[in-house]
Amino acid sequence: MPAADAEDHGHAHPHDAATATAAANTRRVDALVARLERAGLVSESALSATLEGFLAASGPSNGARLIARAWTDPAFKALLLADADAAIAAAGIDLTHWAAVRMRAVENTAAVHNVIVCTLCSCYPIALLGPSPHWYKSEAYRSRVVREPRAVLREFGCVVPADVQIRVWDSTAELRYVVIPQRPAGTDELSESQLAELVTRDMLIGVA
Amino acid sequence: MSRRPGDEVITSGRNPAGHNRLPRYLRAKPGIIEAVHGFYPLADERAVGREAPEPLYTVAFAAADLWDADAEPNCVVHAELWESYLAGR
Repeated sequence: MPAADAEDHGHAHPHDAATATAAANTRRVDALVARLERAGLVSESALSATLEGFLAASGPSNGARLIARAWTDPAFKALLLADADAAIAAAGIDLTHWAAVRMRAVENTAAVHNVIVCTLCSCYPIALLGPSPHWYKSEAYRSRVVREPRAVLREFGCVVPADVQIRVWDSTAELRYVVIPQRPAGTDELSESQLAELVTRDMLIGVA
Repeated sequence: MSRRPGDEVITSGRNPAGHNRLPRYLRAKPGIIEAVHGFYPLADERAVGREAPEPLYTVAFAAADLWDADAEPNCVVHAELWESYLAGR
């Protein structure tokens, strides 16, 4: 058993593959950062500041703001569906701290339920929604949601009627997706900011 | 741009040795072009330091075409695929 593992737990037990991979990746990143620091190319404080700045500008509240506006402003929803990047910019959400990828919004209706995945890795609209949940990166979610989406959604507590089409969006290349959930019934009196509070990260991924 | 929304396509059945972003479950499957996105650098080439922009499409696949009798009813899977990932016409 490697010394590092003994230090971490003090006992031996089989790790699952994902945990072992994550630990290996952490060691690799640590080694890379240490090497770059020694070469004077980066500093720990500059890396931390960059990361904090990125995370401060990222989070599900960005997505919630978009959705609340789309629910209350039909012209904005039309723009969000036609050109999500333009709509995001129009909403005053700055994604320029992010690598240049295109956003696409897909709309849930009485006849369609959308759900997002990246089967090849873990592509996710981080700048808009913040870091992805751990299950989004799991092999179970990634392999099953394209094969049995209704069953997977049911496990999330999201029961999609048989007559509602499920559209799975596999983020295989340059686009990142956000789901526009249906506006809940009985919310006519709510303000845009009150509506935003109803929007959860899981709705934006399509598992709620 | 030669392909248009609504066009029927078959994905490539190739099994390339290098980097590739056509998921295995979508190899050699029939689909329909759902959207056309313009040119983006092909991931396979970018992985080896070459810029090779190609048309990128969203392709829709009926679940029954992917999973046969195991498919859940009324489900569609979409993926973004470069021109190189589609079989010739």
